[in-house]
Amino acid sequence: MKYIHQFLIIMLISFIGELLSLLLPFPIPASVYGLIILLVCLFTGLIRLKDIEDVADWLILIMPVLFVPSAVSLMNVGEQLFADLLVICVVLVISTIVVMVTTGKVAQYMIERKEKREHE
Amino acid sequence: MNDIFVNTAYFGIVLSLLTYWLAVQIRKKLNYPIFNPLLMSALFSILVLVVFKIDYQTYNQGAQYISFLLTPSTVCLAVPLYKQSQILLKHLDAIIMSIFSGCLAGMVCIVVLCVLFHADDVLLFSMLPKSITTAIAMGISQLVHGNVTVTVGVVIMTGIFGAMVAKTVLRIFRIDHPIAVGLACGNSAHAIGTAKALEFGEIEGAMSSLSIVIAGLLTVFLAPFIASFFS
Repeated sequence: MKYIHQFLIIMLISFIGELLSLLLPFPIPASVYGLIILLVCLFTGLIRLKDIEDVADWLILIMPVLFVPSAVSLMNVGEQLFADLLVICVVLVISTIVVMVTTGKVAQYMIERKEKREHE
Repeated sequence: MNDIFVNTAYFGIVLSLLTYWLAVQIRKKLNYPIFNPLLMSALFSILVLVVFKIDYQTYNQGAQYISFLLTPSTVCLAVPLYKQSQILLKHLDAIIMSIFSGCLAGMVCIVVLCVLFHADDVLLFSMLPKSITTAIAMGISQLVHGNVTVTVGVVIMTGIFGAMVAKTVLRIFRIDHPIAVGLACGNSAHAIGTAKALEFGEIEGAMSSLSIVIAGLLTVFLAPFIASFFS
């Protein structure tokens, strides 16, 4: 019964998230609304960690596999991507690395500065 | 072959799980970034579909039940986030600043490159939201009059590429603090990057989940602003 109850809570929150994304005029998906709702529920104590933890851990664990169908769907958009493939690839490679390095470096710099200050 | 499989619900599920399992086995033997399990799994699946002349729709009849779990799975990213809330609050300034600079740098980079290559505006608008999670990216692409199909393709390719190169890039640029690693993965490669960040550790995973949410919401405001210079 434990798992059914946990699954119920997670599905209920996903459902509320889905309703919000249908009702509100923002381009925000059900999953993001749901994530925020669950986080608020956890912080306010409305939902305790042990009420969802087992099923949540499992769902997070299998996450990489869940992207396979969307990756396979690339076979359908192939034609539209093909015309500009070279530009897309160059922009994609460079900008992804730029985002990764900028984010990482800024975070690392600010955190290390703070930690250094604490040690003094 | 398509005729037989048209009515099956399990073919797509079996093919997705089988190819992913195979890809993980290959990865265990050959540990190079190019053998990314998601990339290999997708390529094997596409190969099977093309060779046996099976439509994507037929495959997706079963595979949709796998994608269906993505929403609850993303919702559950609140759990690692909650567990790491102390770190989150302590480094809130660094987290917000780094995600904001990353988003901005990425979009400026896309604009500059597109102008350099004389790419048309529609392509530029379609690529602007490429580092954020698919569903938000689709909405933004529509908002700024991009091509939504191209956006979806570019977003997925970005995720796979980001996850593939994360380890190497982070090592070259000496980004090794768990918080910085997580933010870098999530901000550049959204949920696929987060799946990768979770392999690195729980703090990395939590920070990466956080950046999906913050980067997504930031881009909702930033992308239309940047796009407005071109129309």
